[in-house]
Amino acid sequence: MQPASEHVHWLFATGFLLLGLCLLGEAVVGTEVWRRRAWRAYLWPGLAFALGVLLWPVMTFYTNSAIHMLAHGAWAQVLMLAGAVELALVRGKLTSRWWRLGMTAGFVVSGGAFLVHEQNAWLFQRSAFLHHLLGWTLLVGAIFPLARCLRPRSQAVATGFALTFVIISVMLYCDRDVAPVFGHMSPLAGSPHR
Amino acid sequence: MNAELVSELEAPLQRTTARTRIMSAIGPATALAGVIWALVQPYRITLLHPRGQGFWWLVVEAPLLVVAVGLFFHFVVVPGLLEDLEVEHATRE
Repeated sequence: MQPASEHVHWLFATGFLLLGLCLLGEAVVGTEVWRRRAWRAYLWPGLAFALGVLLWPVMTFYTNSAIHMLAHGAWAQVLMLAGAVELALVRGKLTSRWWRLGMTAGFVVSGGAFLVHEQNAWLFQRSAFLHHLLGWTLLVGAIFPLARCLRPRSQAVATGFALTFVIISVMLYCDRDVAPVFGHMSPLAGSPHR
Repeated sequence: MNAELVSELEAPLQRTTARTRIMSAIGPATALAGVIWALVQPYRITLLHPRGQGFWWLVVEAPLLVVAVGLFFHFVVVPGLLEDLEVEHATRE
């Protein structure tokens, strides 16, 4: 009854896509308008926190290796931390913009975990390739949450931050257990799934 | 009548209209992306050939999830947002 790993990736992709669209909406209309309704203000920080909570069952049930468990556990913690910090900023419990470094830490730890826990250097195989791509995207994309601390009102930074989540969701949707990347796959990768 | 004053008055309205259009387009564009994906890779929609598929293959249909996110955003998030944009515009005036 346990879903295949690609299903988990697609479900998280859905969460990240919604998160990205909400952030894009906030970037377009501005934070003041976005926060005019309380439920909307809490929507994306709450979603980020919920995604962090949902990573705990992933850590618990997908125990392929110790490094997988550690990576999923680290993601769960940093995503919950980032979501909680954003919730507290919306609520007014935290006021310093430097707390947004929590999201930067989330990006850096997540990117590092992606790179570390993908032990296959098989860039010709879909999931290995995507894990490397996701890792480097997160590490490079960490510049956006960092820039949000420095220039919190910048629309370009907010848009870049939002689109990073959309791009991550696209990569997660592309993830399949065993499949070719660009039409070629080595027999080392196993038999392709659809 | 000073043309500069007219352009100053029109600028916020144009910006609001542009923002309204972008907001109204995000959800449908996302849903359309999901539909195009489903057309390009119809084998991903296991509901079209459900026999022999497991529970998760029938529940987690990635292109349909993309469509669902687009529709949710358009019908749940955007309407209130457009109302608030209008209120903000009226307040500025």
